[in-house]
Amino acid sequence: MATKTDTRETYYESIIKQGYSRRDFMKFATYIAAYMGVETSMIGQVVKSLETTYRVPVIWEHFQECTCCSESFIRSDHPIVSDIILNKISLDYTLTLMAASGHQAEAAKHETMEKYHGDYILCVEGSVPMANDGYCCIAGRSARELLLESAKGAKAIIAWGSCASNGCVQAAYPNPTEATPIHKIIKDKPIIRVPGCPPIGEVMAGIIVHMITFDRLPELDGLGRPKAFYAKRVHDSCYRRPYYDAGLFAESFDDENAKEGYCLYKVGCRGPMTYNACGTIRWNNGVSFPIQSGHGCIGCSEEDFWDNGPFYERLTSLGGFGIESSADTIGKVAAGVLAGGIAAHAIAANVSKRKELKDRNSRGRDNEKQLDD
Amino acid sequence: MESRNFKRVYVWELPVRIFHWINALCILVLAITGFIIADPVAILSNAEASESYWFGTVRFIHFATAYVFFFNMLLRIYWAFAGNKYASWKAFLPFSKKRWNNILHVLRIDILLQNEKVHDIRNISVGHNMVASLSYIALFVLALVQVFTGFALYADNSDWFLPDLFAWVVPLLGGDFAVRKVHHIATWFFIFFTIVHVYLVFYHDWLEGRGEVSSMFGGYKFIREDRLKKTPGNTKEKSEQPSESKPEDNPKEDEIIV
Repeated sequence: MATKTDTRETYYESIIKQGYSRRDFMKFATYIAAYMGVETSMIGQVVKSLETTYRVPVIWEHFQECTCCSESFIRSDHPIVSDIILNKISLDYTLTLMAASGHQAEAAKHETMEKYHGDYILCVEGSVPMANDGYCCIAGRSARELLLESAKGAKAIIAWGSCASNGCVQAAYPNPTEATPIHKIIKDKPIIRVPGCPPIGEVMAGIIVHMITFDRLPELDGLGRPKAFYAKRVHDSCYRRPYYDAGLFAESFDDENAKEGYCLYKVGCRGPMTYNACGTIRWNNGVSFPIQSGHGCIGCSEEDFWDNGPFYERLTSLGGFGIESSADTIGKVAAGVLAGGIAAHAIAANVSKRKELKDRNSRGRDNEKQLDD
Repeated sequence: MESRNFKRVYVWELPVRIFHWINALCILVLAITGFIIADPVAILSNAEASESYWFGTVRFIHFATAYVFFFNMLLRIYWAFAGNKYASWKAFLPFSKKRWNNILHVLRIDILLQNEKVHDIRNISVGHNMVASLSYIALFVLALVQVFTGFALYADNSDWFLPDLFAWVVPLLGGDFAVRKVHHIATWFFIFFTIVHVYLVFYHDWLEGRGEVSSMFGGYKFIREDRLKKTPGNTKEKSEQPSESKPEDNPKEDEIIV
């Protein structure tokens, strides 16, 4: 990552300078290693990397988004997470949190892009409008232009949140701005997709620490998501899972079953279709997550989750057949029409082929009379 | 009025019949358990969750039956190469003029219910008629859709390599949402197929009277005597390889429909 000639401080140096003790640092290393899903024997490697690695320059771009990813990030559980990652990863450019502004800020960004060409990490929050460049402009330049420019020298790109990795709400039908996720625009760089609206802060920290520690991308699944956090469905780690297997479901949010804490499958919980770590890491310092708070998962880290509504029904409605028609309604109607058609066909067959049938039936009756009993 | 003579002809071999009924049973079980999984009943129970497992059992039945369905399908594919000409994969492809004519004939006579002026018995197929064959190709494609989407959804629950072979379907369609939707909708097409299929079996049995329904139990259909070659071999009641009515009319020995 950083070169030896670099005069910048290592992560460890900056953490100590920040006023944390070595003990705090060790706790952080242990904790983040656990989240990353590495073995305890690897904690030493995490510590060593943070002690010896120079801080990686990061450029953090904001396009069409709501900044909930940044919000999630700075609220992540361990104080060092926000300190190290946000203040100390050498975040050279981020609109929301940087002190510099205007020309100064742009100058800092360009300096980083030139000085660390091929070394810096580009974090992107938000989708890029492809319909018209004018939909999202920063410092007078369009999102697309900015992305292409900053992606050119990036070592890797992290697509934070559902906007950058799936398009999220802006890309919901009819997607007037043609909001486009990063991986559909940049094809020649390694891209980590970290979907979620927002992603969990600890997940975000874990990914960055992984890249620092091992100097490579975390292991990714078929959709480019880090396996450590997105290999399991919310359903698989849900504490209400036993109710699912036992077939105990709430049917509405105010029924007795819901009070009993039964599974929210029938009120539209998307846990069985959603890959995320909510059930294990949880939110707000591990306090809770949507299902624990009595609301089904809406599948915010899945592609097109916004168009796969309604959120409170199991069956998604089908486009082109009216708003509320689910596959089953259409299926029942179609089966009824089919049955009616068949009944009509059966009657018509007997009418149209009556002569043939009459011949055959009379032959059969004749034969019956000739039987030799 | 003179009555006609029919001969017993062995059409559906035992593996074909076994495939048919296992397949039918699997589709029934998969559809029922599938709809339960999609929309389970909400019961209120005094029992703790640890004391009951009915939904897990329903899912287990669905997954186990899916494996049976899949391997049964593989056996049928094998038999499409090993079986008789009515079971052969060649019987399903409409790549000859005669077969195209058969499609038109079936559409005219059996779907639009017209009457023939001159009744040509060679228009009645011994095995599948060509329209039926096409419907089985459609069913096969549908089955592939269910296998690919089903195993893709199941892959994460399993350590076995077989379901994992289909894991790529999820990223292809964009996520479990889309895969599940396809899997659910395809089930309805099985239902539509079954309704039409069962009706047409009864229809042919009723109008042609040659054992359409019972053929899938015993394997025999009844073919008009005048369609068999006049050779001494054909005096036997059972004929493994029923040949076409008049050899000069049917130069292609493997042609099935007439």
